[in-house]
Amino acid sequence: MYPQEQVAKSVNEHFIPVKIHIKERPQDFSRFKADWTPTLILAEADGAERHRVVGFLPADDFLAQLHLGLAKAAFSLGQFGEAKAAFEMVATRHPQTDAAPEAVYWTAVSGYKASGDPEFLKKGGAELRDRWPQSEWAKKGSVWVS
Amino acid sequence: MTAIPWLRDPDQGFKVAQTSGKMVLLDFSAAPM
Repeated sequence: MYPQEQVAKSVNEHFIPVKIHIKERPQDFSRFKADWTPTLILAEADGAERHRVVGFLPADDFLAQLHLGLAKAAFSLGQFGEAKAAFEMVATRHPQTDAAPEAVYWTAVSGYKASGDPEFLKKGGAELRDRWPQSEWAKKGSVWVS
Repeated sequence: MTAIPWLRDPDQGFKVAQTSGKMVLLDFSAAPM
């Protein structure tokens, strides 16, 4: 299956898609503080924003960001077990994307929040240091492995 | 090829999301129509 096909299937499975064009609805750009295109916002039905992506991304990165947003939504709702599994899926399925180290960071946090076991943070910090040493997420996780 | 049934009104999207249990994906675009 081509990535673009995967994107369409994932959008249809998980989201109510709304396209807002600058020429049709400029007022909505102000309403949601979208200052540049493309901007993608993942929001709950009550309007609560869970994730935002600004700028074009290739299909695999785009798909990874969609699933990162779903994982963040579960985290925000306190569903830490579900969030952990969803973040793990992002890192496993999209290891070459920038979403992967962010997902590993939040996998560690979700594991800790679900269990209270700081070993999740230590393990996550070490994985970030070893696999994505130049990422900001490795820097953020560095305090867990000192 | 799977098509994406884009809505054009965010409030309509939020209304549909309330009954579907899904999140809303808002795609702000300036691409040629």
